[in-house]
Amino acid sequence: MSQENKKTWTRREILKGIAGAPVVGAVWWAGANKSSKKSQSREHLLKTLNISASPPPPSGSMAGDPIRIGIVGFGIRGTQLCRAIGFAQKSWLNEKSEQAKNNPSNTQLKSFLEQENLNVQITAVCDVFDVRAEDAVDSFSTDEVNVKRYRTYTELMESPEVDAVIIATPDHWHAPMAIAGLKAGKHVYVEKPMTHNIKETYELKEIAESSDKVFAVGHQHRQTQSFLTAQDVIKKNILGHVSLIQANTNRNDDNGAWQYNIHEDASLATIDWKQFIGNAPMIDFNAEHFFRWRKWWAYGSGLSGDLLSHDYDRINCVLNMGIPNSVMSSGGIYTHRDGRNVPDVFQTNMEFSEFSTGTSQSEGKVKGMTLVYSATLGNSYGRKTLLMGHDATMELGNSLSIYVDQGTSRFREDVEKGNMQAGIPIFDYDPTANEVDGISSATTKYFADKGLLWTYRDGKRVDSTYLHLREWLSCIRNGGTPSCDIVAGYEEAITSHMAGLSYKLGRRIDYDRESGKLIPINGIDFDKALLANKEKVA
Amino acid sequence: MNEKIALSKNAQSVISLLRILIGWHFLYEGVLKLYNPSWSAKAYLVSAETMSAFYQWLAGDSLIGIVDTLNVVVLILVGLTLILGFMEKQGALLGVGLLLLYYFAHPAFMNSAQLGAEGNYWIVNKNLIEAAALLVIYMIPTGSFFGLEMFRKTTTQLKTI
Repeated sequence: MSQENKKTWTRREILKGIAGAPVVGAVWWAGANKSSKKSQSREHLLKTLNISASPPPPSGSMAGDPIRIGIVGFGIRGTQLCRAIGFAQKSWLNEKSEQAKNNPSNTQLKSFLEQENLNVQITAVCDVFDVRAEDAVDSFSTDEVNVKRYRTYTELMESPEVDAVIIATPDHWHAPMAIAGLKAGKHVYVEKPMTHNIKETYELKEIAESSDKVFAVGHQHRQTQSFLTAQDVIKKNILGHVSLIQANTNRNDDNGAWQYNIHEDASLATIDWKQFIGNAPMIDFNAEHFFRWRKWWAYGSGLSGDLLSHDYDRINCVLNMGIPNSVMSSGGIYTHRDGRNVPDVFQTNMEFSEFSTGTSQSEGKVKGMTLVYSATLGNSYGRKTLLMGHDATMELGNSLSIYVDQGTSRFREDVEKGNMQAGIPIFDYDPTANEVDGISSATTKYFADKGLLWTYRDGKRVDSTYLHLREWLSCIRNGGTPSCDIVAGYEEAITSHMAGLSYKLGRRIDYDRESGKLIPINGIDFDKALLANKEKVA
Repeated sequence: MNEKIALSKNAQSVISLLRILIGWHFLYEGVLKLYNPSWSAKAYLVSAETMSAFYQWLAGDSLIGIVDTLNVVVLILVGLTLILGFMEKQGALLGVGLLLLYYFAHPAFMNSAQLGAEGNYWIVNKNLIEAAALLVIYMIPTGSFFGLEMFRKTTTQLKTI
């Protein structure tokens, strides 16, 4: 304790006292230097790539008289579409309110209530199942607006109290209803796939193109921020020539295999069976066919129309490559041998022999691309959507990553200098990095990962279906063309049908770009083949 | 204070070294974050495995900016006090608090994911050990033996004489 009485310090003591200072200096310099190198290299990459991740301007104003909407089909998708325009069933509101009480992080109800008022009224509903139609009438009728139930869709289409219709029925009803709606002077929003066979696809295209009403197909992912960013990546030719794309469906749960609940009140007394069947082959009442219609070609479109259509349109909205020259499919019923006749394992190769995303190599060296769609309902390993180019590979979902290719021409110098390394993303767009998403089921996760459920605007999560419907409503009010219009819808429908046909026939289906139609095959009626069992066609 | 007197010079040197090494670690982490404007604790907080309501609250839009700034400030402050040997008792306590916040967000419990951790841990991990080491620093301050505290202490004591 002799130190305590000292008034001055020895040199040794002073050194011991301030010895920490150079350590602080060294550590600070090292940290700042490392950060600065990191940020310089990040800036160099961003400058080289120059990718713009800015969202599109929001669709136009919703001011004016309310748009009066008729809902055709109030099943699983129909109720989701209604929520997207601001109308939720009473049962849903109660359920979500309970869930929010038990789990404060469940914000589904809060998000719904905070959603913008789109200035629409639901004035009409048509569903052939009494329970659903009455649910819509009961849930959506207000003091000002009485929702009217129509027994047939034709009556609803002709109603003067309806300006626009949303069609969310089984696939075999999409085109007949959309055509009737347009002919009756209604604006039409129809779920995907746009049609169920070839003939009606040609017909709907003609009618929609000659109509002055706004026609949109329900591929809501066209609003997803990451896909808009991907469009910019392609525009700036960052990937180089894309020769191969792989897109996949990976599901392994009942809901994902379309094993939906069968309502306990379903019977001939509560369901207008004849109207449900429509132009499909008449059979005795079968509740499973009614609720799980996606499992049969007569009403649904199997993996080709149901899920390939999503993946195809996800790519088409980025590349705008149109309909493939030819399609070859294969697959079978391997995971759900439960009486269904649509395949549950399904692969399709689509050839775009004239298409190119651009090149960084010598002129004339590259042209053409294959899109491989591969699906199983018996495994949920999340295979990524990959766009594989000469210079880089893009991994696409709700997030977006770009990896440089070792053999790149465009980025060769950066790869040699070590500024870019294969295996480490050179660009990453992940709006979910700062967000915890309440995902309720495996199928929901499947859709969310693909960017099909929600997207981000100004850092906030937004339902992409709401944005998509808003865009359609804005076009009705302010003019313009929806992002998934008849052209995109036609491409999606024809491509899906080509894939389904190839599976059925076991042969290549060709498309003629000049006529804009499929090349006929002698002795084969495409529409009959599309609807029949594979065994019968073979 | 008596315990301090009983410590040999060698023991004081070793504890000073421990103090500077921990300070080095805190300061470097703090400086890296200070110079990286895109860094945020948000992902670490929202993925918390215990007391998630508390960590989610910290990670919320209204708080995360303050939380990020405070984290950097505390890291640097703790680093400076430990390396310089000035107010290191307060610095050590702050450091223990910060490390426990990190620890309980991603504890080394049997079933927790322990994201980003190299090696294998059960209950005890590096955050916990570093927190315990800081308790030693707190109990046995060495700033007046090796650090700026030497000048302050002498000055104040001179006044009281």
